[in-house]
Amino acid sequence: MSLQLSEATQARWQKILDSYPEGRKRSAVIPMLIFAQDEIGMITRELMEEIARRAEVEYLQVEEVVGFYSMLRKQPLGKYHVQVCTNISCMLVGGMDLWHHACQTLHLGNKQTSSDGLISIEEVECMGACSWAPAVEVNYDFHHHVTPARFDEIISELKERG
Amino acid sequence: MFNQPSPHEVKILTRCFGVENSHRIDASLAHQGYDGLKKAIEMGADAVINEVKASALRGRGGAGFPTGLKWSFIPRTSPKPKYIVCNADESEPGTCKDRLLIQNDPHSLIEGIAIAGFTMNSNKGYIYVRGEYRYLIAILETAIAEAYQHNFLGKNIQGTGWDFDLYVHSGAGAYECGEESALLNSLEGKRGTPRLKPPFPATHGLYQSPTLVNNVESFCAVTHIIRDGAAEFAKHGPEKSGGTRLMCISGHVQRPGVYEMPLSTTLPFLMNEVAGGLRPGRTLKAVQPGGSSSPILLPEECNVGLDFDSLAKAGTMAGSGGIVVLDDTADIVSYALRIISFYQHESCGWCIPCREGTTWLKKILERLDRGEGSMKDVDLVGELAKNMFGRTFCALGDAAAWPTGSIVKKFRGEFETKLAAHQAKQVSAELVMIG
Amino acid sequence: MATTTAPPTVINAKLNGQDIQTKPGTLLINLTKELGIEVPAFCYYEGFTLQAACRMCLVQVNNSPKLLPGCTTMVTEGMVIETESPLVVEARKSMLEFLLVNHPLDCPVCDKGGECELQDMVFKYGAGESRFVDIKHHEPERAFSPVVYYDPARCILCYRCVRVCDEGYGVNALGVINRGVHSEIAPNLGDQLNCDECGACIDICPVGALTSNTYRYKTRPWELKHVGTTCAHCSNGCKTTLGVRNDEIMRANNRDSSGLNEEFLCIKGRFGFDFNHHAERLQSPLMRIDGQLQPVSWSKALSAVAAKFLEVKAAGGKFGVIGSNRTSNEENYYLQKFARHGLGTNNIDHARTGDVVTLVDALSGKQGKLATMADLYQSKAALVIGSDLSQQHPLLAYELRRNWRHHQARIYAMTPGPVREDKYAAMKARVPAGQEIAALEGWRDQLAKEGELLVLFGDSVKGEAVRRLVDFGESLGIPVKYVALVDYANSRGAIDMGLTPELLPGFVPSQKPGLTMPDMLDGADLDVLWIVGANPLERRSLTGKRPFLVVQDLFLTGTASEADVVFPAASAYEKKGTVTNVTGEVQRLSAAVKTMGAKADLEIFGLLGKEMGLDLGIWTADAVFAEIRQNVRAYNVTMPILASGGAAPTTPVNGRVNVEMRPDLIQSAGDTLFTSGSMTKYSQVLNSVPERPGQLYKPV
Repeated sequence: MSLQLSEATQARWQKILDSYPEGRKRSAVIPMLIFAQDEIGMITRELMEEIARRAEVEYLQVEEVVGFYSMLRKQPLGKYHVQVCTNISCMLVGGMDLWHHACQTLHLGNKQTSSDGLISIEEVECMGACSWAPAVEVNYDFHHHVTPARFDEIISELKERG
Repeated sequence: MFNQPSPHEVKILTRCFGVENSHRIDASLAHQGYDGLKKAIEMGADAVINEVKASALRGRGGAGFPTGLKWSFIPRTSPKPKYIVCNADESEPGTCKDRLLIQNDPHSLIEGIAIAGFTMNSNKGYIYVRGEYRYLIAILETAIAEAYQHNFLGKNIQGTGWDFDLYVHSGAGAYECGEESALLNSLEGKRGTPRLKPPFPATHGLYQSPTLVNNVESFCAVTHIIRDGAAEFAKHGPEKSGGTRLMCISGHVQRPGVYEMPLSTTLPFLMNEVAGGLRPGRTLKAVQPGGSSSPILLPEECNVGLDFDSLAKAGTMAGSGGIVVLDDTADIVSYALRIISFYQHESCGWCIPCREGTTWLKKILERLDRGEGSMKDVDLVGELAKNMFGRTFCALGDAAAWPTGSIVKKFRGEFETKLAAHQAKQVSAELVMIG
Repeated sequence: MATTTAPPTVINAKLNGQDIQTKPGTLLINLTKELGIEVPAFCYYEGFTLQAACRMCLVQVNNSPKLLPGCTTMVTEGMVIETESPLVVEARKSMLEFLLVNHPLDCPVCDKGGECELQDMVFKYGAGESRFVDIKHHEPERAFSPVVYYDPARCILCYRCVRVCDEGYGVNALGVINRGVHSEIAPNLGDQLNCDECGACIDICPVGALTSNTYRYKTRPWELKHVGTTCAHCSNGCKTTLGVRNDEIMRANNRDSSGLNEEFLCIKGRFGFDFNHHAERLQSPLMRIDGQLQPVSWSKALSAVAAKFLEVKAAGGKFGVIGSNRTSNEENYYLQKFARHGLGTNNIDHARTGDVVTLVDALSGKQGKLATMADLYQSKAALVIGSDLSQQHPLLAYELRRNWRHHQARIYAMTPGPVREDKYAAMKARVPAGQEIAALEGWRDQLAKEGELLVLFGDSVKGEAVRRLVDFGESLGIPVKYVALVDYANSRGAIDMGLTPELLPGFVPSQKPGLTMPDMLDGADLDVLWIVGANPLERRSLTGKRPFLVVQDLFLTGTASEADVVFPAASAYEKKGTVTNVTGEVQRLSAAVKTMGAKADLEIFGLLGKEMGLDLGIWTADAVFAEIRQNVRAYNVTMPILASGGAAPTTPVNGRVNVEMRPDLIQSAGDTLFTSGSMTKYSQVLNSVPERPGQLYKPV
């Protein structure tokens, strides 16, 4: 098996697998996918096959869910995946402008990654920050009330962090 | 980074929000944490269900179904395992309250779930958290571990002989999984498509076993209802919409935020007194009072109560409690497009009218938003929305069709204006070329 | 006085203004079907799980403006149903309008054009004018396997294919991927299928989304002549409808569900007809001249063989005749008559694949003990011994599975290795061949609790073991029926028609049993060996004196290439007649096509008999079958059943069969889903799929 996962992810998988009743390992498929994706950056064939084996399901049953859930992806994205919400509450207070600002300043389109692999951007649906809009989520970190200027600061911070 | 509280709030579910380390069990216990569970154990299951019924609590996820009634549907004596599932897949645009509840007071949620577990004689519960709320999983897992340590979860809870395990399950990005049967499919590791009903989750839910599915806020409310009594909660709302709810107001108001308000609150009061009203010099264009799925209200329709029945009477719905305010700067055509784009993106694809209807509507609205097309297209949007409404497999189709239909009906003039402006621009461009 | 209200036995409702009555628990869509009122639907498919996905069957109930899907709504007392109200008509039209948003209008080249359910519905209920002026979502078509092609653009996502594969066949090779308008059907290996390659998904597809490589873009359905006949391959006897154009079989299916297999077919039935037009089909008699087989005229070949037969007969020489598991009952009957009365020999046999004879003998004096196909679907419990049913008897496996799904039948599997039945079996056990009967004792208590039992056994249970199995079954104290599993399309008919040295037609013992097949091949010093539709010399050669060898076959098989004279035979798809399946049901063969130069075996027998001056009776299939009905016990079947393409059950002799049993001669060929004895080689489809040749008892 070419799939290498950290001990932390392996432990997380085990915790997930232990969460469901006897014979219900299929329940673990989606959480296993997303936690593994966090580590390796994307869903690979090897990953799907391994999860099928561990959760005791057919490969196809894993494939069926991968395409269904919008956070699961078969292409790699940046180390920092910057998600800009443009749904209604954000849109009304500048979310769409913020998205255009992100595209223009980073010279990236939707779901595209910077050439150094550091930053990717995505226009996303409501992320649950409507009352503190416009919102941006970098990987799993929320940023509220994001103005274009604040956006640039966030990006600079990410670049500094590397 | 969240909003400041409002003096108008009635803080029941949010009572601990300002407390230091409110997400830890020590803080919770210092504020009567788990007293509700202890009381529930004393009261017994039947009394708990009656109490929840008496509170007039209605589901805070969106459908507004009476929670006590839902609880009474679970066959508690079934030999099958019974499951408690908490719907933390908050994803209705305009709604951001469950996130706050989990972040600030996870123990109230765990307590509510445990009360349900005890009541239903269940031994297993799951909190289905939307994938985007990853940071909440750590908070929940810490809180769950603390609850185990204090024997509010685990084996022989509080000496009752009753065991209950609670797990956190991560979603991975699908609005549809907020629908309870789709959530159950997702929790079983399948595609998040809704199930045929009947049978309902109450009897054939998770793994085809009796399952109680409630929203985060509903479970939290139960904690306080059981601890303080149904009357104490119910008194804050009209007869059939008991208690307070976390109202999420967003868009064009001066102080957007999440405020815990009695269900007897009116929309103008929330908008003007709590959320600070519109920005100076602006006039109200419209309000979506129950998330993006709710039909839009014109300014003259906005003098309405925010409880479930008042909003239903006004031809819209209270939904998940997301109130989106639009002032005169809002482009209603773009707004309609943004709504339908969302539903098109989130349509699971199971049934034809939703899958194809949202796609078609998006294409037409994209054209209209560019100023292209004609008023016939506007009529077509209305007709297609009508053809979808009530005919899809689940409520997502309705959620897409209902607001869209209401927008083209109520704002026909705005569409006309946008088309005319574009045509005028084209004419002048042609003149320039000729010139 | 306490009274109990009995549950209602009749539901009264109003349908389109008419008072109607129906049974409780009737789905609205089935009610309308019973009454001949069409409520259109794509996703609803009888026998499979309900989807309510296509929304085509929305009807109005109790004047509610909210329409309900007929496929999931039960008719209840007092219900007022409208299937043609303006609202319903409008909803149907709009649903079709939605469907056509992304559906390509490539009907002129689509395989399904002319028999497409979507086309028909749009014609009947749809809007003539489209209001959709934007760009359609499109994805290119792709090959799931050498047999199955998928065009996602045409797919309407009714999930019939997914269900027939999973629920029907238990294969579960198709799934749904992506979301929303991007949703697609996908094969189990990601981009390729690993499955039974049965093509059920293709036939069940209401539109042209799933097509078969053997048929796609080759013809239009209205150019086809449809001929219902019986599959030429295994013993299960599936009815198949051949679509024929210009004397070529273009496709096979059973979409009218008219046979005992309803719509079941496996890869052999649906695609394996292609042996019929294989380039190596023999089209002229061959004679060995100067040591080489050379084409000769029919008259030359017939007169040469007749002369030889007469010469050997006159000299009191020794004949040997080997018949086929695939030729028709009429041919088998006529061949044994030819041998016994024409040539005066009892040296006649065929390759025996299951111990039907001992079973019949062991059951003597008992009524109704031999199961028919219907029992597979109806019996409350079934016991499978020593057979990989889904590989060797795919229809039986399908019916058992259907029985389990619909009636919760309890299945017991006792096999030497893993089988598909394991997944849903009430009990399963791995038992080596020959040890089954002893092992069965361990299941006695469990089996005795079943209300009834159906026992199917493979070739590892033979001779004494069959008697012990029957003793075991009859001691359970419950009704038990039996099936002795045999291999090929007319294996059962070969026994019934007396293609054995010890038995005449109808299990009548021969007074003077002749040589068995192995004896004939092994140092029998025959003067003439006549082999019809069998290939015993493919892997072995004759020992002893070399006889004059006459072979009738479709191809120059290993056996035919040894012959002195080869007659090119017509295939099962080229002749009339009847065959008898594994459960003893007689079905008709129809001549769908002709191969130039080939003749039906029956005609070859007739011409040869005539050439020899024998009087063996008229050699038309109808005449011979009339004789069979008179002379062969159990074959006096109801003619209208046969004539209408049905399966007529036979019941063999109900008394002792006093002959020496030869269990040592019984051996199944062990064909899988992807092999069919000698014919395997000549089916391009069977040789093209990646799953070939398959394996019995394949570990999961």
